[in-house]
Parts: sequence; structure tokens; C-alpha cells
Amino acid sequence: MDDIKMLDGVERYIRGEMSPDERLYFEQLRKTNSEVDQLVVEHTLFLQQMNRFGEWKKFKQALHETHTDLAEQGKINSSKLEGKSKVVYLWKKYRRVTAIAASIAGLTTLSILAVENSLTPRVKDPKVQELVHTVRVLQKNQKALDDKINFVDKKNSQPIISTPVRYNGTGFLIDGKGLMITNAHVVKNSRNIFVQNTKGEQFRAFVVKLDVPRDVAIIKIDDDSFKSVSSLPYGIRKTASEIAEPIFTLGFPRDEIVYGEGYLSAKTGYNGDTLSCQIAVAANPGNSGGPVFNHNGEVIGILSAKETETEGAVFAVQSKYIYQVLEELKSSSLYKNVKMPAKSSLSGMDKTQQVKKIQDFVFMVKGD
Amino acid sequence: MKVERNEKALLQGLACSDKKAIEAIYRENYNMIHSLIINNNGSADDARDIFQEAMIVLYEKVRSGSFELNCMIKTYVYSVSRRLWLKRLQQMNYYSTVSDNLQETIPVEEELEENERINNEFQAMDRAINSLGEPCKSLLEAYYLDKRNMQQIAQSFGYTNADNAKNQKYKCLVRLKKIFFSHYKNGNGNG
Repeated sequence: MDDIKMLDGVERYIRGEMSPDERLYFEQLRKTNSEVDQLVVEHTLFLQQMNRFGEWKKFKQALHETHTDLAEQGKINSSKLEGKSKVVYLWKKYRRVTAIAASIAGLTTLSILAVENSLTPRVKDPKVQELVHTVRVLQKNQKALDDKINFVDKKNSQPIISTPVRYNGTGFLIDGKGLMITNAHVVKNSRNIFVQNTKGEQFRAFVVKLDVPRDVAIIKIDDDSFKSVSSLPYGIRKTASEIAEPIFTLGFPRDEIVYGEGYLSAKTGYNGDTLSCQIAVAANPGNSGGPVFNHNGEVIGILSAKETETEGAVFAVQSKYIYQVLEELKSSSLYKNVKMPAKSSLSGMDKTQQVKKIQDFVFMVKGD
Repeated sequence: MKVERNEKALLQGLACSDKKAIEAIYRENYNMIHSLIINNNGSADDARDIFQEAMIVLYEKVRSGSFELNCMIKTYVYSVSRRLWLKRLQQMNYYSTVSDNLQETIPVEEELEENERINNEFQAMDRAINSLGEPCKSLLEAYYLDKRNMQQIAQSFGYTNADNAKNQKYKCLVRLKKIFFSHYKNGNGNG
């Protein structure tokens, strides 16, 4: 309560509302009491501040009112934006953001396109190939149907005239006296068999043993002009060979002896056939029955078949079955003393020398 | 000469918050500032705020008595507004240079610093008064800002007599002074 009375006094003193007596008394009090003096100074400052504040507020208020008035009268630009000016304003405000957003969007699109382009598998070519393949299959089927129709027609119309069919293949000697190995499929349908060496000399031959499941045939040259050989340069390998072993073949896909080079690519044949092995070498019809040599000049197989669908997949009957077939032959017939060359004498020679020595014992097998 | 006299009259009017003077200055200069702000990533509201702040700077300057108009009001308002807007843009981390139509400008840094100080003080005062709550706020505003006498105040606020109203007013004043001086001493180092 005293504080308030004092404050009242100070305020009245500052505002000059005191009577002269009171004022005199108060001034006396100010001089003697420093606290009162301090209070007066402080309150003066405060009241000044309040005054200025009041004016400041009023001025602000006046500005606001003026603005509203003038805007309503249309004498200044109104804060309410309409139509075009609003669009212009928004564009001005956001054009930078818009530009940045647009360029980011553009970049993103481009990079997505690039990634997509690089990741998408190229489906075009396989499909085209597939179509070609399908057309081929259709053609094949068509042809097969045509053949059947022709066959039926022929059967109905006239008796079959058996025309001589020539079978061509390759064979190689396994014995100095004229025993040869070839594929069963080369000779099985032939009535007369001829063999021809690289010099062009022909000899008559006949089938001694036919093993169709193993696709191995043993034939014998039965011709007076054939001179028996004392020894063969190559041997027949009894055990299986290793994958990636380099191999070469000799055969008669045409009238000339043809050399082929490759490697053993799998230990089994078509569809996992354990009888044969897969080799990678260029082979053509006529190569059938030809010997497959390893680098030591040992026969490791008989070239027998070629997968039509896959390029470069050629199959060869493993050489150990030559022994098996021969054993069977020995046990049941007069060929008891046949001795196959187990050891090769070509080991360590270069290919040219090996081939030179071997080629005389590789024959073209012809049948009709 | 006539223009100069006219300007002087306007400023005198401004110094005593004359409504006509305020309106005249407003009408003359607002559109210029409006386009300045709009053309520099601002809104119409920004333009109003900036212009009014510039007006307050001018007002304070005129009132301080030290103001000698050595340029047109237009130039002064433009310079202040431009500077204020640049500062606002920087606060918004919007680094750009304000593009203007090569209008003449004068340095106004000192005025702006002073203006900022006064602004801070008044805003503090505003906050202090608002934090008192009713009826203190209205009571103090009526007496000190609107300068009504205690008799009227007692009547309009419903006090039985002026003394009661006065007592109440002093209670409120003590609270306000406490808040104000604590800010004045602590918050505003140079006080």
C-alpha cells in the first residue's frame, strides 16, 4: 500500500499535478531519500517510453487505416490480387522453383530412360530367330507329310524298285591282316562293301561283326591285291580320355582324306550316353567310322554321330568298346588270334609326321 | 521551391501523426514500393509490411528532430524499403540481389539500426502489456496511451469511484514496470 502511495506521489510529481506545498515537500524528500530520487528518474523514463510507445502504436494504427482506406478507394495497388496479376505474381514467385523442379524432372526422366534402356534385355533378335525356327519346323513337317503321301502313292501305284543306295563312311585298320573298324550304321544295310585307301586302291570287304547298339562294326578286307601290313603305327587306347585333351580325326567326307582338329569336350555322349564321348571337331557325313586320335597317336574313339541341332557337338564311340566287341568276336569265331596294337609308335612326333604315317591305314568305306 | 515546401509540410504533418499527411505520403509512394517487392519475390502483404516499416522509420526520424531533409521523401522511403527487403530476403535464406530500376538510393544503415532498436523495445513493451491480461491491459492503455482521466476510466470499467480504479491501475503498473525493466536491463544490454 505504501508502494502504491509512493508511486502515486511520483506520478503526480512528474505530471505536475501536485500543489505547491506538496511539491516542495516532495522535492525535499527526493533530496534526502535517494530511493525516492531513483524512483522518480526511473518512472520518468518509463512514462516517456510509454508515451512514445503509445504514439508508435497510434501511428501504426493510422498507417493500417490509411492503407485500408486507400486500397478501398483504389488509389494504391490492392493486396487482393485478381486475374492476370495474380498469375504473374505466382509465376514471379515460383518461377525459380519451377525451373529447378522441371530440370530435376527432366534429368530423372532421362536417367530412368537410360537405365531402362541399358537393363532391358534385347528380346528382338531371339524372337526373330524363333520365328525362323518355327517356319523351318513347319517346312520340315510339311516335307515329311509330302514324303509320306508320295510314299503311299508310290506303294499304291507301282511295286517298289530297290535302287542301289550308296553308303559312305570311314574305317581304319586294327590288324595287319585287314581287319577294320567302322560304324555299324555305315555298313549295316550294305550288301557289297568296298574300301578305298588314300592312293585310290579299292578292295572288297565284308562284315565280320556288327554291334548295332554300340554302333561298332568289324569288317575284313577280302581282296587278293591287299598286302598285309606288318605293324600299325597307332595303338588303341583301353581307358577313357580326359576332358580338354586335344584330338584330331581323319576321314573321308569327300574323295580326299580330310584332317580335323579339336578337343574332347565331354566324357559322355548325346543325352548322357556313356558309350560315347563328345568331341569338338568339324565333322560331316562321311566322317562316320573314322578314328579319333589323341596327341600320342592313340585311337580314343570312333567318330559316329553329329548332333544336328547343336553346332560343333560331335560324338565318338569310346575306344574301349572296340576291345569289347573284339573280345566277343574272338570268343565266338575263328578270329581268335587277332592282336590289336596297344601301343602307339607315334608318341612325341609332330602332327604332320603322325598324319603322314597314319593316313595309309585309314580307308573310305563304301557300300551299296 | 514549391515542391520542397510541400514536402516539408508533409513531414511536419507526419511528425504529429496528421492523418492527411500520412495519407498523402502513402498515396505518393506506396505503388513504387509495391512493385519493387512484387518484382523481387515478395507478396502484396510483404509490400504493405515493408512500406509501413519504412514509414515508421521516417516518422521516428522526423520526430527525433534531427532530421534534415536533404533528399526527396520518395528517395528516402525507397532506400529504406529496399534495404529492409534485402534484409528480409537474407533472413529467409533467399540470396538474391534486389533488382530495381536504377532508382537513386541513399545510405540508410544508421537509421535502420536505430529503427530496429526502437522496434525491439516497443515490441517488448507490447508483449509485456499483453502478458498482463485483463483488466490491467485495458486499464493501463486507457490511462497512459489513450490519456483518459481516472474519472472516465472508473465509469467505463465499472469501478465505484476513481480512487479504486487508480489503486487498481497502480497495481497493474507495478507489474508492468517489473516486466518492462527486467527486459530493459537484461534483454537490451545498452539500457
